[in-house]
Amino acid sequence: MKLTGNEVRYVANLANLRLTEEEIGRMLHDLGGILEQMDRLAEIDTEGVAPMSQVLYDAVETATLRPDVERAPLGNKLAVENAPVAGAGYFKVPLVIER
Amino acid sequence: MMAHAMTGHTIGSIREGLKKKEFSAVELTREALEYAERENPKTNAYLLLCPERALTAAGKVDARIAAGHDVGPLGGVPIAVKDVIVTKGVRTTCGSKLLENYIPPYDATAVERIEAAGGVILGKTNCDEFAMGSSNENSAFGAVRNPVAPDRVPGGSSGGSAAVVAQGTAVISLGSDTGGSVRQPASFCGVVGVTPTYGRVSRYGLVAFASSLDHIGPFARNVRDAATLLEVIAGRDPLDSTSADAPVPDYAAHLTGDVRGMKLGVPVEYMRHATGETAALIAQSIDGLRTLGCEVREISLPATDYAVACYYVICTAEASSNLARFDGVRYTTRSTDSGTLGAMYQNTRGEGFGAEVKRRIMLGTYVLSHGYYDAYYLKAQKVRALVARDFAKAFETVDAIVAPVSPFPAFRLGEKVDDPVQMYLSDIYTITGSLAGIPCMSVPCGKTAEGLPVGLQILCNHFDEQKMFRLADAFEKR
Repeated sequence: MKLTGNEVRYVANLANLRLTEEEIGRMLHDLGGILEQMDRLAEIDTEGVAPMSQVLYDAVETATLRPDVERAPLGNKLAVENAPVAGAGYFKVPLVIER
Repeated sequence: MMAHAMTGHTIGSIREGLKKKEFSAVELTREALEYAERENPKTNAYLLLCPERALTAAGKVDARIAAGHDVGPLGGVPIAVKDVIVTKGVRTTCGSKLLENYIPPYDATAVERIEAAGGVILGKTNCDEFAMGSSNENSAFGAVRNPVAPDRVPGGSSGGSAAVVAQGTAVISLGSDTGGSVRQPASFCGVVGVTPTYGRVSRYGLVAFASSLDHIGPFARNVRDAATLLEVIAGRDPLDSTSADAPVPDYAAHLTGDVRGMKLGVPVEYMRHATGETAALIAQSIDGLRTLGCEVREISLPATDYAVACYYVICTAEASSNLARFDGVRYTTRSTDSGTLGAMYQNTRGEGFGAEVKRRIMLGTYVLSHGYYDAYYLKAQKVRALVARDFAKAFETVDAIVAPVSPFPAFRLGEKVDDPVQMYLSDIYTITGSLAGIPCMSVPCGKTAEGLPVGLQILCNHFDEQKMFRLADAFEKR
């Protein structure tokens, strides 16, 4: 399937990714080649095959449950320590709703 | 010139040296740090050394010795950790400009277990950005050179972790493997690299790339050391709900050297693609295994031809979702010229991510987007089930599968960097095992005429690591 520049822009927008015009051109070329490979998936018969989203093996019913033991959380101070902008224990972001 | 003492150490030789008081853990750590500092410019394999943390850990080992206690299974051993695995208070960049200044507030479970076992973490190793790549050329902090052949790549994405072990600037190391990122660099650098069963090792603190495929795995200069490191980091962790609640065997006890009667399968689909010196070395290795008493037969894994497409749909889909968290809010870097929240997200990600990461986020977003989900993502998940079924069927008749790791040995820096399709296709032998979640490893099997190492891949059924190690160890000593 042939990809268009507008599709690349649309997907970049979905991915919250600012791309330069040069990057869009490059993406068009690279993604085109890779999608051509991916299109080969249509050739193989998967009738009646259940999709595999995770590696599974035999385990008891409650294998993923753990005892409910209290554990100290990270805490606000440490949690925001790597934030580019923080204040009063919160993450700060630019304007969300324009007035 | 005689090789530096650091390059010859194993876990066993360090244990012995500490016991006989030939050196203290602090002395050994100082020597290892000095050697790493001096040698690293040749490869760029370490992104950072953490002497303070290393010497503190070594001091604890010496205190244990002074108190007459056992030093632990990794007592005093200099270890390097791939920079996608978080270390409390020690910068963790994932090879990305976006995380250039990120200081994690906690340790990965594997890191915690290493230090509890007496291991000494020397520093963090270079890798492809967010573990995306097969050559280590996608790091924001420069490529890594292969210590065996400096004009060549060390493989990727755990190129730095393979290189330090080959170079002798660490005795063992941790890497991560999503589609071959431990096995392929191990093969390129001539060391042992292990991808355990999915869920065998906790992923807590491994920065997520593709969660259903990500594994932490060890590198070492011999099978025994790799097995020892895996034993330390393996086992259930309540902080990772996908970590398996299965007992961890005493792997060393299984290294008996006896592999007589073991049934090995050689996949016809793999050997069809293999050419040149790699194919010849694999064929020789298989003959060697026969001599050790193994029974070798051909097997078929028919879904192999679709595995690359399947893998790149699934891993990019998961990556596009996992990497959404790098949005300029929580993790150190934010674009400066952004008026609104939306623009801030877009600019931060546009400026912070490298070309390969952007490519994969775009692909993943595309295959998950409206109208393409069924044709790509859902279809790939069904093909993944077929790949897993192929292996399950094969393990009904064989104990292990032997195969190449990569179609070719280490290539030249820059040689494949402009051709992502070719780069992806070269992952063919390693991604099948990753998709099925089975344990697999690379063990050195010889060198090409030019002196480039080649690895033999061994794949076993879920939680059969002990069988895999037994075979690899016997092969290594052949």
